Amino acid sequence: MRRVTGLISLLVLVAFLVWGVALIHPFGYPDASDMDDYIIENAQEETGSNNVVSSVVFDYRGFDTLGEATILFTAVTGVLLLLRTQRRRKEGS
Amino acid sequence: MLSKIVRTVTNEFMLFIAVFGLYIIAHGHLTPGGGFQGGAVIVSGVVMLLVAFNYQEVRKVLRERVLTIMESTGALIFIALAFAGIGAVFFYNFLVGTPILGRIPGPGPNPGDIWTGGVIPLMNLAVGIKVAAGLSAVVLALALFSSGGEAEE
Repeated sequence: MRRVTGLISLLVLVAFLVWGVALIHPFGYPDASDMDDYIIENAQEETGSNNVVSSVVFDYRGFDTLGEATILFTAVTGVLLLLRTQRRRKEGS
Repeated sequence: MLSKIVRTVTNEFMLFIAVFGLYIIAHGHLTPGGGFQGGAVIVSGVVMLLVAFNYQEVRKVLRERVLTIMESTGALIFIALAFAGIGAVFFYNFLVGTPILGRIPGPGPNPGDIWTGGVIPLMNLAVGIKVAAGLSAVVLALALFSSGGEAEE
């Protein structure tokens, strides 16, 4: 019984994945590209940066970079907090 | 601590790695790279120092407290630059068109000019300081932890 259930769910999963792969649009031809076209056309004049990736990361999507920097800050804070506890405990005891 | 040959080569190479990292940070608005990548390159040099020397030697030049302060400073510069453009929107590039870093490059592919990009080079610099100092502090803390957690202030 368990084996039959597993086989059926496996078949359903495979069918679902094949369906999804078959529906993917062809590589290099995205569906909606208005935003990309706008950025590629205007990034050089609007931000003055020749590296369009950099202009997206720090200008158009700067808020996202702020989140990344926050993640890094939190990671550093967590590592320093965790790894320094041992020394403090040793001094206290 | 590794042999004298390794230590000498590490000393020489650290300069080149630091220069390469600073180049990647400073040219983030012209060539592939930026603050995150250049900071990681500099940290790879710090890791090389930690491998060649031991923690006590590296600690003489790189203090964890100073690195933590540098990281916070980088984050504060980044947020201050983001807030400086709040007259239009958050993260507005307010330096484009002004004499400071505000030149507009010609359209299409060109080698570019270092004095372009508005706040993007400054943000790259802030993020570079932040990543280099923060990851160095993490690596130093890990080295301290693995060497027994002694000898700190």
